[in-house]
Amino acid sequence: MSAVTEPAAAPPKRADRPDSIRLLLNNKMAAGGFIILVLMVLVALIAPLLPLADPNATAPANRLLRPMSEGHLLGTDALGRDILSRIIWGLRVSLAVGISATLISAFFGSLIGLTAGYVGGRTDTIMMRGIDMVMAFPYILLALAIVAVLGPGLINALYAIAIVNIPFFARNIRGVTLGLSRREFVDSARMSGKSHTRILFTEILPNVMPVIVITMSTTVGWMILETAGLSFLGLGAQPPQADLGSMLGDGRRVLFNAPHVAIVPGIVIFLLVMSINLFGDGVRDVLDPRLKSGALTRPVARTAVERPPGEPMPAADDNAVLDVKGLKTEFHLGRTVHKAVGGVDLKLGQTECLGIVGESGSGKSVTAMSIMGLVPTPPGRITGGAIRLKGEDLLAASDARIRQLRGGAVSHVFQDPLATLHPLFTVGHQIMEAVRTHQPVGHAEARKKARDLLELVRIPNPEQRLDSYPHELSGGMRQRVSIAMALANDAELLIADEPTTALDVTVQAQILVLMNKLRHEKQASILFITHDFGVVSALCDRIAVMYAGRIVETGPTEQILADPAHPYTRKLIDCVPVLGEPERRLDAIQGLPPSVADLPSGCAFAPRCPRAQEPCLAGDVALEPIAEGRAARCLFPLAGERGNA
Amino acid sequence: MTAPLIEMDNVERVFGGGRTLFGRQLPAVHAVQQVSLGVRPGETLGVVGESGCGKSTLARMVAGLDRPTGGVIRFKGEDLAAAAKNDFNALARQIQYVFQDPVSSLNPRKTIRAILEAPLIHLLGLKRAARRERLAELMDAVNLRAEFLDRYPHEFSGGQAQRIGIARALAASPELIVLDEPVSALDVSVQAQVLNLLDDLKDRYGLTYVFISHDLSVVESVSDRVAVMYFGRIAEIGPAMEIFARPLHHYTSLLLDSAPVPGKAVAVPEGESGELPDPYNPPPGCAFAARCPAADDTCRKERPPIDVARGTRDHFAACFHPPQSAGRDGG
Repeated sequence: MSAVTEPAAAPPKRADRPDSIRLLLNNKMAAGGFIILVLMVLVALIAPLLPLADPNATAPANRLLRPMSEGHLLGTDALGRDILSRIIWGLRVSLAVGISATLISAFFGSLIGLTAGYVGGRTDTIMMRGIDMVMAFPYILLALAIVAVLGPGLINALYAIAIVNIPFFARNIRGVTLGLSRREFVDSARMSGKSHTRILFTEILPNVMPVIVITMSTTVGWMILETAGLSFLGLGAQPPQADLGSMLGDGRRVLFNAPHVAIVPGIVIFLLVMSINLFGDGVRDVLDPRLKSGALTRPVARTAVERPPGEPMPAADDNAVLDVKGLKTEFHLGRTVHKAVGGVDLKLGQTECLGIVGESGSGKSVTAMSIMGLVPTPPGRITGGAIRLKGEDLLAASDARIRQLRGGAVSHVFQDPLATLHPLFTVGHQIMEAVRTHQPVGHAEARKKARDLLELVRIPNPEQRLDSYPHELSGGMRQRVSIAMALANDAELLIADEPTTALDVTVQAQILVLMNKLRHEKQASILFITHDFGVVSALCDRIAVMYAGRIVETGPTEQILADPAHPYTRKLIDCVPVLGEPERRLDAIQGLPPSVADLPSGCAFAPRCPRAQEPCLAGDVALEPIAEGRAARCLFPLAGERGNA
Repeated sequence: MTAPLIEMDNVERVFGGGRTLFGRQLPAVHAVQQVSLGVRPGETLGVVGESGCGKSTLARMVAGLDRPTGGVIRFKGEDLAAAAKNDFNALARQIQYVFQDPVSSLNPRKTIRAILEAPLIHLLGLKRAARRERLAELMDAVNLRAEFLDRYPHEFSGGQAQRIGIARALAASPELIVLDEPVSALDVSVQAQVLNLLDDLKDRYGLTYVFISHDLSVVESVSDRVAVMYFGRIAEIGPAMEIFARPLHHYTSLLLDSAPVPGKAVAVPEGESGELPDPYNPPPGCAFAARCPAADDTCRKERPPIDVARGTRDHFAACFHPPQSAGRDGG
């Protein structure tokens, strides 16, 4: 969705989305983890200032005191040392070791990952096979072996844990780097004269940084546990130094007569690691671009409809297959409201093909998606109007009815067939699924229907093709399969959203010819969305031109192409180079379309329009009929003045 | 006639190939094969073809971002691949590249100033004051206001981002700019702005363009000469006017018939499959033979040399049976 385009004059506003910290604190689990973590870190930091007993002072007379006893809030251990004091000092040690081990392995792991991912080839193979070898050992055994070589001690345990975790960083970072180093901005930096080393550290590293931070935040907790594990085994902190793991190990010996000696450090380890993990997950959710783009918001199965109560229902039109009246669809992002569709009327008769033409952000796709409730909610919602399919109000229909209609009477063909076909199932399987969802037929009959459908869309050798996977077909063949699926249940309305934009020009021509034939054979109406006037004239009977969420002109294809009434339509036709007219200077439209979050009062095109006058800016301009079957949203239409086309 | 700026002689680029550790031959794809052409100073050479025809690989080789595995590309008479290896930056001062996707060719974490300053620092070694002056000049050249310099790429629309990409390419005052589908990611109204800008810049700075595109009408409107590529080879090359008026290759004719033109119904042969040959197992003869209405046994067995069909002047096509079109009317 690129519905937001800033006007050239106004300073571009930064996207009005909640910032990272607010997002993080909105996540209650992460915020809870964060608070506990901050408290623990604070206590650990100010330990020397706190009025604590000496953690290493033994007092055999006071051994194994219970918690809440006089002077020892958490009791004492087998040597009579104050547990509270030891816990806080031990927390300090555990945190220091966990964090420094994370930093060390993040540094070396990222360095290896960056180098391997960027250089690629043999260097990558050698480095990553080395990493694989480290990973082939069970980590605790490897850590034990390293400590065995270096000798027990907290610092050696730290090294061991850092080394053991390097592969984790290296593999994560390498994957991301590999993707980034094939991006165009790397070539662009190369053409700017930057050396490879400079590209790696000034171009790629800033983009990898979030991944490093995410990996670190999810590793710290694990590292603290591993340190505790080594200390528990007696290989980490050496007596008398306190450390959460060694305290747990000490407590084990007196577990039955004084369980608190083991339980208290156990609880602290649990709280610490739990809080770090909750916080780390929160950080990941905020920083991960895939999750940031709204995947966490979990859109519902159907666009929310919030028509203002009491608004009169627009009258129905009887003989139309699809009748859209005053449709309004909005997106609520943060505090801004994007009026992606601001009152659109469409009418589509039997076997008619209506082309919706517009630039990106004009609301043409959102209009099409609103019909079957495919606009994701949140953030989208339909806030007004009526959509009727053969007289039935789709906005008032039940979810079950919509499910029945989707892929049945109304079906979609999207732009990218590789993204809409499931890569793991054969095309036959997918067509059969589409058939059997709507029709009570058996396996054999469904297969026969699928074969017939492939034949209908002129795929050679349909019987063999049924067992092909999508990646085995070319782009044009895949789009034919999508069309076959859309026609599987005798669709009355086919919504085709830029179905040929991703295809090569010779393939596009075939698909257009095919669609034109099929709509007559199958008696289907087509709502065809595109940005290309050439494509429109190949297929559509009528056109609706959209600009900033509204239809600015509508009428029969030939008439609009030959004699557009709205200045925007005229400009849009003139700015496209036409084959066979190379000498024509392209008449570019100055400026940019307005943002649908901040529409000007009056005609939305007025700021870019050469014919704009005072009244154009004053108030809303209505879509007025200008001739039989034609209408334009313009106070000074161009009717009759033929241009140079 | 002046000496060509770029001269390609039997250029070939093979991906894959080689052998495994155990000596087994790995499959190879010939992305570009036997391409010979010249780019003259001051002209725009359009390269047109569908996806997978090798046009982007060709573009990357011209800019020194990729090396041919066979044949030689000469820039001002010197081997370009060797020059790129010796001193890439020296070559980048003379040949620049504009990328297809304007947004992904700008690093999302750098300001426009940092992006545009990079070539000034690393290619030209300009001092701070000289850089400031040149930045203002560049932004002016691409019709962007100087206050945009401290913004980040995501704050720009596609057309503005592409103008920044063009400004970056212009920064080092190159002689040749390779434009790899510079407008295909843009909206039509913005596409015209960028095409007009490219046209103005060419006149103002005396640039030479290699313009790669899949869009025939765009190529026709910008190019002096056009090379049509199919399946890694040049199918037809010649002056733009002639190619579009009197194509000498059936593939060019098919492209012209398939292009959607406002007010024209699309007419393509029903049986046309649009399938490319298997790149791992290329046919021995003409790669287009399976889709060609005029193909005969010769076409399927022998590969037509590039100059087997000749039009006027420097108009050639690799076709044994060139279409006998009497000339086409515009649009």
